[in-house]
Amino acid sequence: MDNQHLKLVSEQNRKRLLEIICSANAGHTGGDLSCLNVLTVLYFHTLNLSKDNLKDENRDRFILSKGHCVEALFVTLEAKGILKKEVLDTLGKFDSPLAGHPTINVPGIEVNSGALGHGLPIGVGMAIAAKMDSKSWKTFVLMGDGEQGEGSIYEAAMAGHQYKLDNLVAIIDRNHLQISGNTEDVMAIDNIHDRWTAFGWDVIQMNGDDIDDIVRTFDSIDYNNGKPHLIVSNTTKGLGVSFMENVAKWHHGVPSAEQYAVAIEDIEKRIAKVKEEMK
Amino acid sequence: MIACRKSFTDTLLSLAREDKNIVAVTTDARGSVTLGDFAKELPAQFVECGIAEQDAVGISAGLAHSGKKVFCCGPACFYVARSLEQVKVDLAYSKNPVKILGVSGGVAYGALGATHHSLHDIAVLRTFPGMNVVLPCDTRQTAKLVKFLVDFPEPVYIRVGRAAVPDVYENDDFDFEIGKANMLQDGKDLTIIGAGETVYHALKAGRELAAKGISARVLDLSWIKPFDKEAVLKAAKETGRIITVEEHSRFGGLGALVTEAISECPVPVRILGIPDEDVIHATSPEIFHHYGIDSDGIVASALDFLK
Repeated sequence: MDNQHLKLVSEQNRKRLLEIICSANAGHTGGDLSCLNVLTVLYFHTLNLSKDNLKDENRDRFILSKGHCVEALFVTLEAKGILKKEVLDTLGKFDSPLAGHPTINVPGIEVNSGALGHGLPIGVGMAIAAKMDSKSWKTFVLMGDGEQGEGSIYEAAMAGHQYKLDNLVAIIDRNHLQISGNTEDVMAIDNIHDRWTAFGWDVIQMNGDDIDDIVRTFDSIDYNNGKPHLIVSNTTKGLGVSFMENVAKWHHGVPSAEQYAVAIEDIEKRIAKVKEEMK
Repeated sequence: MIACRKSFTDTLLSLAREDKNIVAVTTDARGSVTLGDFAKELPAQFVECGIAEQDAVGISAGLAHSGKKVFCCGPACFYVARSLEQVKVDLAYSKNPVKILGVSGGVAYGALGATHHSLHDIAVLRTFPGMNVVLPCDTRQTAKLVKFLVDFPEPVYIRVGRAAVPDVYENDDFDFEIGKANMLQDGKDLTIIGAGETVYHALKAGRELAAKGISARVLDLSWIKPFDKEAVLKAAKETGRIITVEEHSRFGGLGALVTEAISECPVPVRILGIPDEDVIHATSPEIFHHYGIDSDGIVASALDFLK
Protein backbone atom coordinates (compact mmCIF):
# COMPACT_ATOMS: atom_id res chain seq x y z
CA MET A 1 0.00 0.00 0.00
CA ASP A 2 1.45 3.41 -0.93
CA ASN A 3 1.80 6.23 1.53
CA GLN A 4 -1.26 8.12 0.34
CA HIS A 5 -3.40 5.06 0.88
CA LEU A 6 -1.87 4.64 4.33
CA LYS A 7 -2.78 8.23 5.13
CA LEU A 8 -6.33 7.60 3.98
CA VAL A 9 -6.65 4.42 6.06
CA SER A 10 -5.22 6.17 9.10
CA GLU A 11 -7.75 9.01 8.85
CA GLN A 12 -10.61 6.57 8.29
CA ASN A 13 -9.44 4.64 11.35
CA ARG A 14 -9.34 7.90 13.31
CA LYS A 15 -12.97 8.54 12.42
CA ARG A 16 -14.03 5.02 13.36
CA LEU A 17 -12.06 5.32 16.60
CA LEU A 18 -14.10 8.32 17.74
CA GLU A 19 -17.26 6.54 16.69
CA ILE A 20 -16.59 3.47 18.85
CA ILE A 21 -15.36 5.49 21.81
CA CYS A 22 -18.57 7.50 21.77
CA SER A 23 -20.65 4.37 21.31
CA ALA A 24 -18.86 2.57 24.16
CA ASN A 25 -18.82 5.73 26.25
CA ALA A 26 -15.22 5.02 27.26
CA GLY A 27 -11.74 5.00 25.79
CA HIS A 28 -8.15 6.10 26.16
CA THR A 29 -8.70 8.61 23.39
CA GLY A 30 -5.52 10.71 23.52
CA GLY A 31 -3.08 7.80 23.45
CA ASP A 32 -5.19 5.97 20.86
CA LEU A 33 -4.82 8.94 18.55
CA SER A 34 -1.07 9.31 19.06
CA CYS A 35 -0.31 5.70 18.07
CA LEU A 36 -2.87 5.26 15.31
CA ASN A 37 -0.49 6.22 12.49
CA VAL A 38 2.09 3.73 13.71
CA LEU A 39 -0.51 0.96 13.95
CA THR A 40 -1.74 1.74 10.45
CA VAL A 41 1.74 1.51 8.95
CA LEU A 42 2.53 -1.64 10.94
CA TYR A 43 -0.60 -3.50 9.87
CA PHE A 44 -0.89 -2.19 6.30
CA HIS A 45 2.78 -1.98 5.36
CA THR A 46 5.31 -3.56 7.69
CA LEU A 47 3.97 -6.65 9.44
CA ASN A 48 3.51 -9.96 7.69
CA LEU A 49 0.01 -10.30 9.13
CA SER A 50 -3.40 -10.77 7.61
CA LYS A 51 -6.68 -12.44 8.48
CA ASP A 52 -5.45 -15.54 6.66
CA ASN A 53 -2.20 -16.12 8.55
CA LEU A 54 -3.09 -15.40 12.18
CA LYS A 55 -2.04 -18.90 13.24
CA ASP A 56 0.87 -19.26 10.82
CA GLU A 57 4.05 -19.87 12.81
CA ASN A 58 5.96 -17.60 10.43
CA ARG A 59 3.74 -14.55 10.93
CA ASP A 60 5.20 -11.44 12.50
CA ARG A 61 4.16 -10.82 16.09
CA PHE A 62 2.80 -7.56 17.47
CA ILE A 63 2.25 -6.80 21.15
CA LEU A 64 0.38 -3.71 22.30
CA SER A 65 2.17 -3.25 25.61
CA LYS A 66 0.35 0.07 26.19
CA GLY A 67 -2.78 -2.04 26.32
CA HIS A 68 -5.08 0.78 27.40
CA CYS A 69 -4.95 2.04 23.80
CA VAL A 70 -6.74 -1.07 22.60
CA GLU A 71 -9.40 0.97 20.78
CA ALA A 72 -6.76 2.06 18.25
CA LEU A 73 -5.81 -1.58 17.76
CA PHE A 74 -9.47 -2.63 17.41
CA VAL A 75 -10.15 -0.17 14.59
CA THR A 76 -6.92 -1.19 12.85
CA LEU A 77 -7.83 -4.88 13.10
CA GLU A 78 -11.30 -4.08 11.79
CA ALA A 79 -9.90 -2.15 8.84
CA LYS A 80 -7.61 -5.09 8.15
CA GLY A 81 -10.59 -7.44 8.00
CA ILE A 82 -9.49 -9.35 11.09
CA LEU A 83 -12.07 -8.05 13.58
CA LYS A 84 -15.69 -8.04 12.49
CA LYS A 85 -17.72 -4.81 12.61
CA GLU A 86 -20.58 -6.46 14.46
CA VAL A 87 -18.15 -7.54 17.17
CA LEU A 88 -16.50 -4.13 17.47
CA ASP A 89 -19.93 -2.52 17.73
CA THR A 90 -20.42 -4.38 21.04
CA LEU A 91 -17.56 -2.51 22.72
CA GLY A 92 -18.68 -1.19 26.08
CA LYS A 93 -21.92 -3.20 26.02
CA PHE A 94 -22.88 -5.82 28.62
CA ASP A 95 -20.98 -9.08 28.15
CA SER A 96 -19.13 -7.87 25.06
CA PRO A 97 -16.33 -10.20 23.90
CA LEU A 98 -14.17 -7.07 23.90
CA ALA A 99 -12.59 -5.66 27.05
CA GLY A 100 -11.05 -2.25 27.54
CA HIS A 101 -7.64 -3.89 27.13
CA PRO A 102 -6.34 -6.50 24.66
CA THR A 103 -7.53 -10.07 25.22
CA ILE A 104 -6.58 -13.20 23.32
CA ASN A 105 -10.15 -14.14 22.45
CA VAL A 106 -10.01 -11.35 19.86
CA PRO A 107 -8.57 -12.57 16.55
CA GLY A 108 -5.15 -11.07 15.92
CA ILE A 109 -4.32 -10.34 19.55
CA GLU A 110 -1.37 -12.42 20.73
CA VAL A 111 -1.35 -11.86 24.49
CA ASN A 112 -3.50 -10.21 27.11
CA SER A 113 -2.02 -6.88 28.11
CA GLY A 114 -2.96 -3.79 30.02
CA ALA A 115 -0.76 -4.16 33.08
CA LEU A 116 2.14 -2.01 31.94
CA GLY A 117 5.71 -3.20 31.52
CA HIS A 118 4.75 -6.70 30.39
CA GLY A 119 5.05 -6.45 26.61
CA LEU A 120 8.79 -6.16 26.17
CA PRO A 121 9.75 -9.24 28.26
CA ILE A 122 7.21 -11.29 26.29
CA GLY A 123 8.56 -9.84 23.06
CA VAL A 124 12.07 -10.83 24.12
CA GLY A 125 10.85 -14.38 24.68
CA MET A 126 9.24 -14.46 21.23
CA ALA A 127 12.37 -13.08 19.60
CA ILE A 128 14.56 -15.67 21.37
CA ALA A 129 12.20 -18.42 20.17
CA ALA A 130 12.52 -17.20 16.56
CA LYS A 131 16.31 -17.20 16.89
CA MET A 132 16.29 -20.71 18.40
CA ASP A 133 14.37 -21.95 15.37
CA SER A 134 16.34 -19.84 12.83
CA LYS A 135 13.08 -18.25 11.69
CA SER A 136 12.90 -14.85 10.03
CA TRP A 137 9.69 -13.53 11.57
CA LYS A 138 9.93 -10.34 13.60
CA THR A 139 8.47 -9.18 16.88
CA PHE A 140 7.18 -5.63 17.41
CA VAL A 141 6.24 -4.19 20.81
CA LEU A 142 4.52 -0.83 21.21
CA MET A 143 5.01 0.83 24.59
CA GLY A 144 3.87 4.13 26.04
CA ASP A 145 6.23 6.81 27.32
CA GLY A 146 4.55 6.90 30.73
CA GLU A 147 4.97 3.12 30.75
CA GLN A 148 8.73 3.65 30.83
CA GLY A 149 8.49 3.92 34.62
CA GLU A 150 8.04 0.15 34.89
CA GLY A 151 11.27 -1.57 35.93
CA SER A 152 10.51 -4.79 34.09
CA ILE A 153 11.14 -2.92 30.82
CA TYR A 154 14.78 -2.47 31.74
CA GLU A 155 15.17 -6.11 32.72
CA ALA A 156 13.97 -6.93 29.21
CA ALA A 157 16.24 -4.25 27.71
CA MET A 158 19.22 -6.08 29.21
CA ALA A 159 18.05 -9.45 27.92
CA GLY A 160 17.39 -8.04 24.43
CA HIS A 161 21.00 -6.90 24.31
CA GLN A 162 22.38 -10.09 25.89
CA TYR A 163 20.71 -12.26 23.25
CA LYS A 164 21.47 -9.83 20.36
CA LEU A 165 17.82 -9.70 19.33
CA ASP A 166 18.02 -7.80 16.05
CA ASN A 167 14.67 -9.42 15.18
CA LEU A 168 12.95 -7.40 17.93
CA VAL A 169 11.59 -3.87 17.45
CA ALA A 170 10.36 -1.89 20.44
CA ILE A 171 8.53 1.37 19.82
CA ILE A 172 7.92 4.08 22.40
CA ASP A 173 4.92 6.28 21.66
CA ARG A 174 6.61 9.48 22.84
CA ASN A 175 3.66 11.83 23.26
CA HIS A 176 5.01 13.48 26.45
CA LEU A 177 1.79 13.06 28.43
CA GLN A 178 0.58 10.50 30.92
CA ILE A 179 -2.53 10.44 33.06
CA SER A 180 -1.24 12.90 35.67
CA GLY A 181 0.38 15.34 33.28
CA ASN A 182 3.70 15.84 31.51
CA THR A 183 5.94 12.78 31.61
CA GLU A 184 8.88 14.94 32.57
CA ASP A 185 7.05 16.21 35.65
CA VAL A 186 5.76 12.80 36.71
CA MET A 187 9.01 10.87 36.19
CA ALA A 188 11.43 12.22 33.65
CA ILE A 189 12.61 10.11 30.73
CA ASP A 190 13.90 12.96 28.62
CA ASN A 191 17.07 11.19 27.65
CA ILE A 192 15.48 8.10 26.13
CA HIS A 193 18.01 8.01 23.31
CA ASP A 194 21.10 7.87 25.52
CA ARG A 195 19.41 5.56 28.00
CA TRP A 196 18.57 2.88 25.43
CA THR A 197 21.86 3.35 23.60
CA ALA A 198 23.58 2.63 26.91
CA PHE A 199 21.55 -0.58 27.16
CA GLY A 200 23.07 -1.62 23.84
CA TRP A 201 20.05 -1.00 21.62
CA ASP A 202 19.93 0.45 18.12
CA VAL A 203 17.99 3.65 18.81
CA ILE A 204 16.13 5.44 16.00
CA GLN A 205 14.18 8.70 16.20
CA MET A 206 10.99 8.97 14.17
CA ASN A 207 8.18 11.47 13.63
CA GLY A 208 5.24 9.28 14.54
CA ASP A 209 2.78 11.93 13.38
CA ASP A 210 4.08 11.62 9.83
CA ILE A 211 3.15 8.52 7.82
CA ASP A 212 5.99 9.13 5.35
CA ASP A 213 8.58 9.15 8.13
CA ILE A 214 7.10 6.06 9.79
CA VAL A 215 7.30 4.12 6.51
CA ARG A 216 10.83 5.34 5.88
CA THR A 217 11.93 4.43 9.41
CA PHE A 218 10.41 0.94 9.49
CA ASP A 219 11.84 0.22 6.03
CA SER A 220 15.32 1.20 7.17
CA ILE A 221 15.58 -1.18 10.15
CA ASP A 222 18.70 -3.32 9.87
CA TYR A 223 17.63 -6.78 11.04
CA ASN A 224 21.16 -8.12 10.83
CA ASN A 225 23.07 -5.68 13.03
CA GLY A 226 23.12 -7.81 16.14
CA LYS A 227 21.18 -5.24 18.18
CA PRO A 228 17.55 -4.95 19.26
CA HIS A 229 15.87 -1.83 17.86
CA LEU A 230 14.20 0.96 19.81
CA ILE A 231 12.18 3.44 17.81
CA VAL A 232 11.30 6.65 19.59
CA SER A 233 8.06 7.60 17.89
CA ASN A 234 7.72 11.33 18.59
CA THR A 235 4.01 12.01 18.54
CA THR A 236 1.23 14.33 19.59
CA LYS A 237 -1.24 13.00 22.12
CA GLY A 238 -4.73 13.42 20.70
CA LEU A 239 -3.34 13.81 17.15
CA GLY A 240 -5.91 14.87 14.58
CA VAL A 241 -8.56 16.20 16.95
CA SER A 242 -7.72 19.84 17.54
CA PHE A 243 -9.15 20.25 21.03
CA MET A 244 -7.55 17.03 22.26
CA GLU A 245 -4.01 17.63 21.02
CA ASN A 246 -1.49 17.90 23.86
CA VAL A 247 -4.19 18.06 26.54
CA ALA A 248 -3.53 15.63 29.41
CA LYS A 249 -7.17 15.24 30.42
CA TRP A 250 -7.86 13.48 27.12
CA HIS A 251 -5.76 10.54 28.36
CA HIS A 252 -9.17 9.02 28.64
CA GLY A 253 -12.42 10.69 27.88
CA VAL A 254 -15.45 10.74 25.62
CA PRO A 255 -16.26 13.77 23.47
CA SER A 256 -19.64 15.45 23.83
CA ALA A 257 -22.00 15.42 20.85
CA GLU A 258 -20.81 18.89 19.85
CA GLN A 259 -17.15 17.96 20.23
CA TYR A 260 -17.71 14.78 18.26
CA ALA A 261 -19.28 16.74 15.40
CA VAL A 262 -16.31 19.14 15.28
CA ALA A 263 -13.82 16.27 15.33
CA ILE A 264 -15.57 14.29 12.61
CA GLU A 265 -15.86 17.36 10.40
CA ASP A 266 -12.11 17.94 10.69
CA ILE A 267 -11.31 14.33 9.92
CA GLU A 268 -13.66 14.21 6.96
CA LYS A 269 -12.01 17.31 5.53
CA ARG A 270 -8.64 15.58 5.74
CA ILE A 271 -10.06 12.43 4.18
CA ALA A 272 -11.44 14.50 1.29
CA LYS A 273 -8.06 16.21 0.90
CA VAL A 274 -6.14 12.92 0.78
CA LYS A 275 -8.62 11.54 -1.75
CA GLU A 276 -8.19 14.66 -3.85
CA GLU A 277 -4.41 14.26 -3.76
CA MET A 278 -4.75 10.64 -4.80
CA LYS A 279 -6.67 11.47 -7.96
CA MET B 1 17.94 -40.14 49.01
CA ILE B 2 17.79 -37.14 46.67
CA ALA B 3 15.81 -33.92 46.56
CA CYS B 4 12.70 -33.48 44.45
CA ARG B 5 14.35 -30.61 42.55
CA LYS B 6 17.09 -33.01 41.42
CA SER B 7 14.55 -35.61 40.39
CA PHE B 8 12.73 -32.88 38.47
CA THR B 9 15.75 -31.56 36.57
CA ASP B 10 17.25 -35.02 35.89
CA THR B 11 13.96 -36.11 34.36
CA LEU B 12 13.66 -32.85 32.43
CA LEU B 13 17.18 -33.23 31.01
CA SER B 14 16.51 -36.77 29.86
CA LEU B 15 13.31 -35.62 28.10
CA ALA B 16 14.94 -32.49 26.65
CA ARG B 17 17.64 -34.56 24.95
CA GLU B 18 14.93 -36.01 22.77
CA ASP B 19 12.76 -32.90 22.39
CA LYS B 20 14.50 -29.72 21.29
CA ASN B 21 11.40 -27.65 22.05
CA ILE B 22 11.88 -28.19 25.79
CA VAL B 23 13.46 -25.02 27.17
CA ALA B 24 14.65 -24.28 30.70
CA VAL B 25 14.63 -20.66 31.86
CA THR B 26 16.24 -19.46 35.06
CA THR B 27 17.32 -16.40 37.02
CA ASP B 28 20.91 -16.94 38.16
CA ALA B 29 19.58 -20.02 39.94
CA ARG B 30 21.00 -22.90 37.91
CA GLY B 31 22.83 -24.07 41.03
CA SER B 32 19.95 -23.93 43.47
CA VAL B 33 17.54 -25.40 40.93
CA THR B 34 20.12 -28.09 39.96
CA LEU B 35 20.05 -27.07 36.30
CA GLY B 36 23.84 -27.05 35.92
CA ASP B 37 23.96 -30.27 33.92
CA PHE B 38 21.10 -29.10 31.68
CA ALA B 39 22.85 -25.78 30.97
CA LYS B 40 26.12 -27.53 30.13
CA GLU B 41 24.67 -30.23 27.94
CA LEU B 42 21.88 -28.33 26.17
CA PRO B 43 22.94 -24.67 26.07
CA ALA B 44 20.72 -23.99 23.04
CA GLN B 45 17.68 -24.98 25.12
CA PHE B 46 18.67 -22.96 28.16
CA VAL B 47 17.83 -19.28 28.75
CA GLU B 48 19.60 -17.43 31.55
CA CYS B 49 17.76 -14.22 32.48
CA GLY B 50 20.00 -12.98 35.29
CA ILE B 51 18.40 -11.91 38.54
CA ALA B 52 15.16 -10.67 36.97
CA GLU B 53 12.12 -12.78 37.77
CA GLN B 54 9.57 -10.50 36.10
CA ASP B 55 11.57 -10.65 32.90
CA ALA B 56 12.01 -14.42 33.21
CA VAL B 57 8.29 -15.06 33.45
CA GLY B 58 7.56 -12.67 30.57
CA ILE B 59 10.28 -14.27 28.44
CA SER B 60 8.90 -17.69 29.33
CA ALA B 61 5.45 -16.55 28.19
CA GLY B 62 6.87 -15.36 24.87
CA LEU B 63 8.77 -18.62 24.37
CA ALA B 64 5.72 -20.73 25.19
CA HIS B 65 3.54 -18.61 22.92
CA SER B 66 5.99 -19.44 20.14
CA GLY B 67 5.69 -23.18 20.66
CA LYS B 68 8.41 -23.90 23.21
CA LYS B 69 7.76 -26.22 26.16
CA VAL B 70 9.00 -23.92 28.88
CA PHE B 71 10.10 -24.71 32.42
CA CYS B 72 10.83 -21.47 34.27
CA CYS B 73 12.83 -22.46 37.33
CA GLY B 74 13.99 -20.65 40.44
CA PRO B 75 13.29 -20.08 44.12
CA ALA B 76 9.56 -20.29 44.81
CA CYS B 77 9.67 -17.23 47.08
CA PHE B 78 10.62 -14.91 44.22
CA TYR B 79 8.44 -16.27 41.42
CA VAL B 80 5.28 -16.07 43.47
CA ALA B 81 5.96 -12.59 44.81
CA ARG B 82 8.31 -10.50 42.68
CA SER B 83 6.87 -11.73 39.39
CA LEU B 84 3.35 -12.48 40.57
CA GLU B 85 1.71 -10.08 38.11
CA GLN B 86 3.53 -11.74 35.22
CA VAL B 87 2.30 -15.12 36.45
CA LYS B 88 -1.23 -13.75 36.67
CA VAL B 89 -1.36 -11.88 33.35
CA ASP B 90 1.25 -13.42 31.06
CA LEU B 91 0.67 -17.05 32.05
CA ALA B 92 -2.73 -17.64 33.65
CA TYR B 93 -4.81 -14.93 31.96
CA SER B 94 -3.03 -15.23 28.61
CA LYS B 95 -3.11 -19.05 28.77
CA ASN B 96 0.58 -19.52 28.07
CA PRO B 97 1.46 -23.06 29.19
CA VAL B 98 4.63 -22.25 31.12
CA LYS B 99 5.59 -24.55 33.98
CA ILE B 100 6.93 -22.58 36.93
CA LEU B 101 9.20 -24.74 39.05
CA GLY B 102 9.44 -23.08 42.45
CA VAL B 103 12.29 -24.72 44.34
CA SER B 104 13.12 -24.45 48.03
CA GLY B 105 9.48 -23.64 48.71
CA GLY B 106 7.76 -23.20 52.06
CA VAL B 107 10.36 -22.89 54.82
CA ALA B 108 13.04 -24.91 53.01
CA TYR B 109 15.54 -22.06 53.32
CA GLY B 110 15.14 -22.30 57.11
CA ALA B 111 17.10 -19.66 58.97
CA LEU B 112 17.58 -17.44 55.91
CA GLY B 113 14.33 -15.89 57.03
CA ALA B 114 11.02 -14.68 55.73
CA THR B 115 12.42 -13.09 52.55
CA HIS B 116 13.14 -16.61 51.34
CA HIS B 117 10.04 -18.38 52.60
CA SER B 118 7.01 -18.93 50.37
CA LEU B 119 4.09 -19.58 52.67
CA HIS B 120 1.47 -17.80 50.57
CA ASP B 121 1.87 -19.44 47.16
CA ILE B 122 -1.06 -21.86 47.39
CA ALA B 123 -3.39 -19.18 48.72
CA VAL B 124 -2.58 -16.79 45.90
CA LEU B 125 -2.17 -19.04 42.90
CA ARG B 126 -5.29 -21.11 43.39
CA THR B 127 -7.35 -17.95 42.89
CA PHE B 128 -5.95 -17.32 39.39
CA PRO B 129 -8.31 -18.71 36.74
CA GLY B 130 -6.37 -20.97 34.40
CA MET B 131 -3.52 -21.71 36.82
CA ASN B 132 -2.79 -25.21 38.10
CA VAL B 133 -0.94 -25.93 41.34
CA VAL B 134 0.85 -29.09 42.41
CA LEU B 135 3.20 -29.96 45.28
CA PRO B 136 4.80 -33.35 44.56
CA CYS B 137 5.68 -35.25 47.71
CA ASP B 138 8.67 -37.38 46.72
CA THR B 139 11.12 -38.04 43.92
CA ARG B 140 9.14 -40.78 42.16
CA GLN B 141 6.00 -38.68 42.05
CA THR B 142 8.10 -35.74 40.83
CA ALA B 143 9.53 -37.77 37.96
CA LYS B 144 6.05 -38.87 36.87
CA LEU B 145 4.87 -35.28 37.15
CA VAL B 146 7.60 -33.92 34.86
CA LYS B 147 6.72 -36.44 32.15
CA PHE B 148 3.09 -35.38 32.40
CA LEU B 149 3.88 -31.65 32.33
CA VAL B 150 5.94 -31.52 29.14
CA ASP B 151 2.93 -31.56 26.83
CA PHE B 152 0.27 -30.33 29.25
CA PRO B 153 -1.26 -27.30 27.50
CA GLU B 154 -1.86 -25.08 30.53
CA PRO B 155 0.33 -23.16 32.98
CA VAL B 156 1.28 -25.01 36.14
CA TYR B 157 3.03 -23.96 39.34
CA ILE B 158 5.07 -26.73 40.89
CA ARG B 159 6.49 -26.29 44.37
CA VAL B 160 9.25 -28.53 45.65
CA GLY B 161 11.59 -28.26 48.62
CA ARG B 162 15.32 -28.10 48.93
CA ALA B 163 16.55 -31.06 50.98
CA ALA B 164 16.57 -34.74 50.08
CA VAL B 165 13.24 -36.32 50.94
CA PRO B 166 12.28 -39.80 52.10
CA ASP B 167 10.16 -41.93 49.80
CA VAL B 168 6.40 -41.87 50.13
CA TYR B 169 6.10 -44.21 47.16
CA GLU B 170 8.56 -47.11 47.38
CA ASN B 171 8.33 -48.09 43.72
CA ASP B 172 6.80 -46.73 40.51
CA ASP B 173 3.63 -48.76 40.84
CA PHE B 174 1.28 -45.98 41.95
CA ASP B 175 -1.40 -43.89 40.28
CA PHE B 176 -0.61 -40.47 38.98
CA GLU B 177 -3.43 -38.47 37.51
CA ILE B 178 -4.00 -34.73 37.42
CA GLY B 179 -6.36 -33.62 40.15
CA LYS B 180 -6.49 -37.02 41.84
CA ALA B 181 -5.54 -37.74 45.44
CA ASN B 182 -3.95 -41.01 46.49
CA MET B 183 -5.05 -42.83 49.61
CA LEU B 184 -1.82 -44.02 51.24
CA GLN B 185 -3.48 -45.72 54.18
CA ASP B 186 -7.15 -46.37 54.89
CA GLY B 187 -8.73 -45.66 58.24
CA LYS B 188 -12.00 -44.87 59.98
CA ASP B 189 -11.22 -42.69 63.01
CA LEU B 190 -9.95 -39.62 61.19
CA THR B 191 -8.25 -38.52 57.98
CA ILE B 192 -4.86 -36.83 57.72
CA ILE B 193 -4.30 -34.86 54.50
CA GLY B 194 -0.93 -33.60 53.37
CA ALA B 195 0.54 -31.95 50.28
CA GLY B 196 4.18 -31.79 49.22
CA GLU B 197 6.68 -32.63 51.94
CA THR B 198 4.04 -32.91 54.65
CA VAL B 199 2.67 -36.05 52.98
CA TYR B 200 5.57 -38.08 54.33
CA HIS B 201 4.93 -36.74 57.83
CA ALA B 202 1.22 -37.48 57.51
CA LEU B 203 1.98 -41.05 56.49
CA LYS B 204 4.52 -41.53 59.28
CA ALA B 205 1.99 -40.15 61.78
CA GLY B 206 -0.68 -42.47 60.39
CA ARG B 207 1.58 -45.46 60.98
CA GLU B 208 2.46 -44.33 64.51
CA LEU B 209 -1.21 -43.83 65.32
CA ALA B 210 -1.97 -47.31 64.02
CA ALA B 211 0.54 -48.65 66.56
CA LYS B 212 -1.51 -46.89 69.23
CA GLY B 213 -4.70 -48.47 67.97
CA ILE B 214 -6.00 -45.46 66.08
CA SER B 215 -7.18 -45.98 62.53
CA ALA B 216 -6.17 -42.95 60.44
CA ARG B 217 -6.79 -42.54 56.73
CA VAL B 218 -3.93 -40.72 54.99
CA LEU B 219 -4.42 -38.80 51.76
CA ASP B 220 -1.73 -37.45 49.45
CA LEU B 221 -3.36 -34.30 48.08
CA SER B 222 -0.37 -33.14 46.06
CA TRP B 223 -2.66 -31.71 43.36
CA ILE B 224 -4.01 -28.54 44.92
CA LYS B 225 -5.62 -27.21 41.73
CA PRO B 226 -7.39 -29.05 40.35
CA PHE B 227 -7.94 -31.10 43.50
CA ASP B 228 -9.80 -34.27 44.36
CA LYS B 229 -12.96 -32.94 46.00
CA GLU B 230 -14.57 -36.35 45.89
CA ALA B 231 -11.80 -37.93 47.97
CA VAL B 232 -12.09 -35.14 50.54
CA LEU B 233 -15.88 -35.44 50.79
CA LYS B 234 -15.57 -39.20 51.11
CA ALA B 235 -12.99 -38.84 53.88
CA ALA B 236 -15.25 -36.41 55.75
CA LYS B 237 -18.23 -38.71 55.44
CA GLU B 238 -16.42 -41.93 56.30
CA THR B 239 -14.01 -40.79 59.02
CA GLY B 240 -15.79 -37.79 60.57
CA ARG B 241 -12.66 -35.77 61.37
CA ILE B 242 -9.93 -34.25 59.23
CA ILE B 243 -6.47 -32.93 59.99
CA THR B 244 -4.77 -30.96 57.23
CA VAL B 245 -1.01 -30.48 57.31
CA GLU B 246 0.70 -27.87 55.20
CA GLU B 247 4.04 -26.10 54.90
CA HIS B 248 2.13 -22.89 54.26
CA SER B 249 0.22 -20.21 56.09
CA ARG B 250 -2.81 -21.59 57.89
CA PHE B 251 -4.76 -19.05 55.85
CA GLY B 252 -5.85 -19.81 52.34
CA GLY B 253 -3.94 -23.03 51.73
CA LEU B 254 -4.63 -26.75 52.02
CA GLY B 255 -6.73 -26.38 55.18
CA ALA B 256 -8.85 -23.70 53.56
CA LEU B 257 -9.26 -25.79 50.43
CA VAL B 258 -10.51 -28.76 52.45
CA THR B 259 -12.86 -26.76 54.67
CA GLU B 260 -14.32 -24.98 51.65
CA ALA B 261 -14.87 -28.35 49.98
CA ILE B 262 -16.80 -29.81 52.91
CA SER B 263 -18.63 -26.63 53.89
CA GLU B 264 -22.01 -28.04 52.89
CA CYS B 265 -21.54 -31.25 54.91
CA PRO B 266 -19.05 -30.13 57.53
CA VAL B 267 -17.07 -32.23 59.96
CA PRO B 268 -14.48 -30.90 62.44
CA VAL B 269 -11.21 -29.91 60.76
CA ARG B 270 -7.88 -29.05 62.34
CA ILE B 271 -5.59 -26.98 60.17
CA LEU B 272 -1.91 -27.51 60.94
CA GLY B 273 0.36 -24.99 59.29
CA ILE B 274 2.35 -21.85 59.89
CA PRO B 275 0.54 -19.28 62.07
CA ASP B 276 0.22 -15.60 61.20
CA GLU B 277 3.62 -14.60 62.58
CA ASP B 278 7.22 -14.17 61.48
CA VAL B 279 8.65 -17.67 61.28
CA ILE B 280 11.28 -18.55 63.89
CA HIS B 281 14.89 -18.64 62.69
CA ALA B 282 15.79 -22.31 62.59
CA THR B 283 16.46 -25.19 60.23
CA SER B 284 13.59 -26.46 58.16
CA PRO B 285 13.08 -29.65 60.26
CA GLU B 286 13.20 -27.54 63.42
CA ILE B 287 10.57 -25.20 61.98
CA PHE B 288 8.39 -28.19 61.06
CA HIS B 289 8.70 -29.48 64.63
CA HIS B 290 8.17 -26.08 66.26
CA TYR B 291 4.88 -25.51 64.45
CA GLY B 292 3.70 -29.10 64.76
CA ILE B 293 3.68 -30.03 61.07
CA ASP B 294 6.02 -33.00 61.44
CA SER B 295 4.86 -36.48 62.41
CA ASP B 296 5.25 -35.78 66.15
CA GLY B 297 2.99 -32.74 65.89
CA ILE B 298 0.44 -34.57 63.78
CA VAL B 299 0.27 -37.49 66.22
CA ALA B 300 -0.15 -35.12 69.17
CA SER B 301 -2.87 -33.21 67.35
CA ALA B 302 -4.69 -36.41 66.40
CA LEU B 303 -4.62 -37.75 69.97
CA ASP B 304 -5.99 -34.46 71.27
CA PHE B 305 -8.60 -34.32 68.51
CA LEU B 306 -9.90 -37.77 69.40
CA LYS B 307 -10.18 -37.13 73.15
